[in-house]
Formats: sequence, C-alpha cells, structure tokens
Amino acid sequence: MQNIVEQFQEAVRAAARDKRPLRIRGGGTRDWYGQRLEGDILATRDYTGIVDYEPTELVITARCGTPLAEIEAALAERGQMLAFEPPYFGAGATIGGAIASGLSGPRRANSGAVRDFVLGCKLLDGKGDVLTFGGQVMKNVAGYDVSRLQAGALGTLGLLLEVSVKVLPRAPREATLVFEGVAEVDAIRRLNEWAGQPLPVSASCWHGGMLALRLSGANAAVDAAIRALGGDVMPDCARFWESLREQRHAFFEGKHDPDAAVWRLSVPSTVGAIVLGSPQLIEWGGAQRWLRAPGDAQTAERIRATVRACGGHATLFRGGDKSVGVFQPLARPVAAIHERLKAGFDPAGIFNPGRMY
Amino acid sequence: MIPAIPVDPERRRAVAAALRAVLPARAVLADPEDTRPYECDGLAAYRQLPMVVTLPDDEAQVLAILKVCRELDVPIVPRGAGTGLSGGAQPLADGVVISTARLNRILRVEPYARTAVVQPGVRNLAISEAAAPFNLYYAPDPSSQIACTIGGNVAENSGGVHCLKYGLTVHNVLRVRVCTIEGDVIELGGESLDAPGLDLLAVFIGSEGMLGIVTEVTVKLVPKPAQAQVIMASFDDVATGGNAVASVIAAGIIPAGLEMMDRTSSRMVEPFVKAGYDLDAAAILLCEADGTALEVAEEIARMTEVLREAGASAITVSQSEAERLRFWSGRKNAFPAAGRISPDYYCMDGTIPRKQLAHVLARIEEMETTFGLRCANVFHAGDGNMHPLILFDANQPGELERAEAFGAAILALCVEVGGTITGEHGVGVEKIDSMCVQFRAQELDAFFAVKRAFDPRMLLNPNKAIPTLNRCAELGSMRVSGGVLPFAHLPRF
Repeated sequence: MQNIVEQFQEAVRAAARDKRPLRIRGGGTRDWYGQRLEGDILATRDYTGIVDYEPTELVITARCGTPLAEIEAALAERGQMLAFEPPYFGAGATIGGAIASGLSGPRRANSGAVRDFVLGCKLLDGKGDVLTFGGQVMKNVAGYDVSRLQAGALGTLGLLLEVSVKVLPRAPREATLVFEGVAEVDAIRRLNEWAGQPLPVSASCWHGGMLALRLSGANAAVDAAIRALGGDVMPDCARFWESLREQRHAFFEGKHDPDAAVWRLSVPSTVGAIVLGSPQLIEWGGAQRWLRAPGDAQTAERIRATVRACGGHATLFRGGDKSVGVFQPLARPVAAIHERLKAGFDPAGIFNPGRMY
Repeated sequence: MIPAIPVDPERRRAVAAALRAVLPARAVLADPEDTRPYECDGLAAYRQLPMVVTLPDDEAQVLAILKVCRELDVPIVPRGAGTGLSGGAQPLADGVVISTARLNRILRVEPYARTAVVQPGVRNLAISEAAAPFNLYYAPDPSSQIACTIGGNVAENSGGVHCLKYGLTVHNVLRVRVCTIEGDVIELGGESLDAPGLDLLAVFIGSEGMLGIVTEVTVKLVPKPAQAQVIMASFDDVATGGNAVASVIAAGIIPAGLEMMDRTSSRMVEPFVKAGYDLDAAAILLCEADGTALEVAEEIARMTEVLREAGASAITVSQSEAERLRFWSGRKNAFPAAGRISPDYYCMDGTIPRKQLAHVLARIEEMETTFGLRCANVFHAGDGNMHPLILFDANQPGELERAEAFGAAILALCVEVGGTITGEHGVGVEKIDSMCVQFRAQELDAFFAVKRAFDPRMLLNPNKAIPTLNRCAELGSMRVSGGVLPFAHLPRF
C-alpha cells in the first residue's frame, strides 16, 4: 500500500509542477454531484482496506478506497453502524467518497452528519506531503479541526488518504410508524413537536400526505413510543428508508416529470410549507426538503430567493443546467476565506478545481 | 513558565486613547489596578498584565475595537469567564483583551425549534436554566459550567461528563456570528442543519480565539431525560476496571456518563464530599443511564450484569436523585479536593485509546517516583479523556518545574499510545511545546494556513495553540517524519 501512496505523491507533485488539474475519484458513484469535473482522474480504489477497527473503542480507520459496503459489513458483524447512514448511489461507493461528499442519510437530524463522526484523517496536500490530523479518539482539541473540514470539501483541499470515523451500536429495536392523510403543514408541526420530546426518533419522511417516522432504541423506549404516537407499523421498513437514502423512491425517479431536476433545500426544520409549485419530499424532521423542479436560471433564482428568505440554502442536487450554480453562492468575506484555505492546502489549485465553486 | 513582560506606558496611552475615542469610557480599562484581574485565566501559574482591557456592549463596539487594533497593529486576546485551564486567555503586554462580560444576553429561546440564540458572554449553565421551563437543556456540561461562557466553550470545543452520548460543543452549536479581523461580520453554520461551502463552523469551534471574535451563538437544545440513575462499581485493580468499560461498550450500550477514579482520587475526595466511595477499591466506575423510567430500568439491568461479569467487586445503584447526585459529587469535586489536600495541583488533559488505560496508569505511577510528585487520576472513561492531577507545592523550589516536566512526560506518553495532548482544555500557552511532539512541520504549516485564511494579519490571540517551527526547533523535540518520538529530549528541567 505504501507504494500506492508514493504513486499518489508523484502524481500530485507532477500535476502541481505542470499546473494540471487532478480529479480525485473513488467509486465514481457521485460524479454527477457538484459543479463540474475537471482534470486527469486520480483513482483511489486500489488504496483500500480497513486499517484498524476496535469495536470497544467505537472507532474504525480505513483507507479512502475501501468500499463502503465492506466497512458496513464489518461493523454489522459487531452490531455497530455508521450512524450518519451514508448513501451509496451505486455499488462501488467508497468511504473516501462518502466523507468527501459530506452527504448524510435519513438518520442525520437525530444522530448527526458525516462531519460529526470524523475523528481524524491522513491528507495528501497539494505539495505532495502526507499530513495527519485528529486521531482515533473522540475528544481531541490539539490544533484546528482540519479532519472535520474534509467532510463535504469534495476533495478540494487534498486527497483524503485515510479516515478515522466514530461508530455507534445498532439499536436493539427499530420500527416505523405510518400516518396517512397528513397535510404538509401538520406534518412539519408534528415533527418539530416530537423532536422536543424524549422520543427515540431516528428518521422521518413526509410525501404526498404520508408521514413516516422511524423509531430506534431500547425495546422499552420503542414500544412506549409506538403506544404513545399511534399510527400503523410499516412492514419491511428497512427497504423504505433505503429507497430514500439511495433516492430510488418513486419521488426521485420522477415518473411524472422525468426532465425535472432534483433540488435539495436545507432549511430550519420549523419553516412551514415552502410553496414553490412543485412536488416536495420532506426529511430530517423538516430540515431537508427535496423538490422536483426545472433547473433553469429563472427557476433557480426563484428557489434561491425563497429559500434564503427562510434562512436556508438550495443545492441543484441532480440534473438541471449547472450553469445556474449548483451550490448557493457564498457571502464575499466567506468566499475569501475559502479561497485562502484552498491556496493554503493546494497552492497550485490542482485538486478537483471547480467541483464546489 | 514565562516571566511577565512590562507594559510600555507610552504605547498604552496611545492605544487607550484611540479606543476611548470610539467606545464609552467604562468600556476601556488601562490602569493596572483595573487590568490586574485579567492577568491570568484558570492557568494561574502564568501571569501577564494586559496593555488594555475592553468590555464592549455590542457588536458595533467589537467592530470598532477591531478597527483600532487593525490600524495600530495591536494583537487581541478574547476572553470569556477566564476559567480556561490552558492559558488561552492569557493577556499580552502589548495586546488588547476583548472581554465578553457585557455581551451576556440570552437573545431568544425557541422551544419549538429547540434552539437558543445567545451572546458569547452567557454562562453555559444559564442556557440550560433558561431552557428548563420547556423541558429542554444545552447538553455539553464542562465541570466549570456554572461560570464558563458559551463563547469560551466555542473557543475550546468544551466537553463534559456526558459527551460520550450527547457530544461536544461542535455537535451542539448550529451557528456562530463572527467579527473578522478585517471588520467583516460573517455567519458560519446556520439554523438549517448545514451551510453551503466548506464546513468552516467545524474548524472555527475549538480554534481558541485565533480566527475571529464571536458575537452570537445559536445552540441546539435537547429534551431533558425524564430520569437518570447511576451505578457505582468497585474494582480491585485498574486494568479490570478498564476492561469493564470496554465490556459495557461491546454490549452495545452508550451510557449517559462513564467516569473512573483511581484510589488516590477517591481517598482525596471522600473526606471532602462524603460521597460514600469504596476507599479500598483500586478504581471506582460511575456508569449512568438516562431516558424514560422504562429505558433506564432496562439499561441499568444490562449494565449491572455486564459490570458484574467483568469482575466488579461491589455494585451500588443510586436509589434516589439525592443519592445519584451524591455519587457524582465526588467526581465533580475532584479538582477542588486536590486543591484542599495540596497547595497546588496541575491538571492534565490527554486523551488515549481506552484499551491503553492500564498501561498508561502504570507508567504514570512510575513517573511519580521519577519526578518525586504524587498524581491522582480521574478519567472520562467513556471517551478516553484523562485528567491526571499532579500535586505539588509552588513554594518549594523546583516543584513547579518538576510538575510541568511530569505533565509534559504524560502528554508525550498519550501521543505515544495513539492519543492526543489535549482532549478538551485546549493548547493555549500551556501545551504549545507539546504540540511539537504531536505534529510535524508540515501539519503545523497547514495550521498556519488555516490561521492566515481567517486572520491574514496574525493579530488574533497570536502565539497560542500553534507553535512556530522555530519554537519547535529550539525545543529540539521535533518529530522525525515517520519516526519514533525522541523521548530523550522530553523531560525539560
């Protein structure tokens, strides 16, 4: 494995010398995500393997090219999981891609995001140096938290060689309650009220009048919640949550309007119905709303203005015309900090240029 | 320990005058009589009189102070309650302190959104008190929570005894509003669950006041558990206790709190708080469950079984809230108890992989002989964060230096076993030399790149937390790339 790192270093140094961009690629299952792809592919899939897994320390360390499926299988064997429930978006998904894309699944609002579980990393910077940040322990305030910064950085600050992630035990019991005929505004209100009570909620979804609530926890807690909340228990619920996580749910397949883009609206959970005239699917207790709408400039303008007024931001998640800007533009001083950080970690600007902004 | 530097009176007059021109008179302190209370934080062995202290009332005044400092090229040290243990708020002889003492308003508590918006000078506990009528609270509970401020918690990424289950400051802060050194007001994070761009909030939290001045914080509030119960388990040796912790985690349980004390600690606190600790046990483990009555009963039964199987010599479960608090009181009063039996104590803060506990404690015991000082150990067993308390008497010549060398040796040991030099107290000035043990030149360079990205003028809390390469080179303790720790250099007398 060491010679693979040396090859990476060589590739990076050569690219930096020639100012030739590199496109970091793991499983390639989320090539569609982000602003644009540019540069020669730097493939990470061969740099694979779980380096250390200590179930009683609640930490797993793996090389970036390790298949997500391999990691989740190793954890499942010991009754543990990645609590941010990362999406795969295809068979070859790697842990490096899962961290770099920073995308979290249905459990996000209750357990935390990718960044909440990153404990440490080895990063290959734009000069070809291997840097080590954080570690394998949960509490660590030595130096700035550069490891968490990599979650969602889309590889723009360097090649994430290795990552240490906190893991959690699987709950002894999981069940999903379904409530039919619930109006959007009522669903949002209920989700926020439930979140203020000590209930073992682990995921939620509203779409087209159906509200689904996943409960995970101690047997007693899940049973008590089922009795208190009512609703019907959904059979085979794992498949339902997986279809949301992987965006294979009918809403995302877009049978009615296959040309519409998928927009992701990240808003305060308490924001009422956001009326944009297109179908929506709500997750994360109201904090993540998916919208199927055109991805043209005029629509983008309207969506962004509306969502900004709600205190949130909108991402052109999949499809559409990327020239409208995939990610919400940053305030000028924040953008300046981004530029200086990028220049610090990647002085020649070779890593995934333009993938984020 | 660094000798204090005298303040240049000419410079002080000029800077104070410039600040008084833009601030109310009461917001600027320059007389040594008035600035004396700011000469140190919780790391009281290090003292330095600041040049000027400012006490802004609002964000506009913070921006005015930053403008003056920018124009006159004056470094700035932000300060909350001054309870920090690593000297992060230690003033500079040529610097201005920005105290958040008057930025102390709770702006909003939103029970429906489960958030609170507060100014940085609001005390940690005050947030939970304001949220209590809604059955909500702010989860991170550092033991200084009665006094420490949320601004300080953001700077240090503070934890507490419940962070295994509820997380650190970084997991519980949604948004900060920050004045940059350039005079811009920026927001990092947001009231939604993420923000566009890089996760600057994650890097800002725990940055020890070196990246910007916080003027507002939005925190997450969580539902108060209906009930909590704690198990007190005794162990005949520390290794068995450490293994018991691993067994609890392996059983799939995340206790609300999981703390361990060695015999030196329990004997130290017992006369002080009368917690009813088993003074013959080599180690005592406190293991808490919280939730609904049914959940707690289920979890306590499982944990009791696991602890018994793991070799606990005695197990007591709290039968009332009063008894639960009594069991905790000993652990929470370990620091004051150390102050009671010893003229001085030095609190360390390394984190280690839990499996290394027995090994590390044995090595610390050896070091007691090497350095001729006693050490009591309290341990956040759930997350591997240890707080060895080195007992010494600063009035005895050489004891402070020996205590510091003992501390540095413990931190080097933490790094050696795969841990870190600070879990929650920060680097500040105290552990800046130990940073040279944990990081190499390339990483320190990257930290400076982060610093310059936010503070290109290098005026915010300079010379804290991240050592320059020169400093490390002078220490002669730079790690060789990929090599082993040069331990020979470490005990610095």
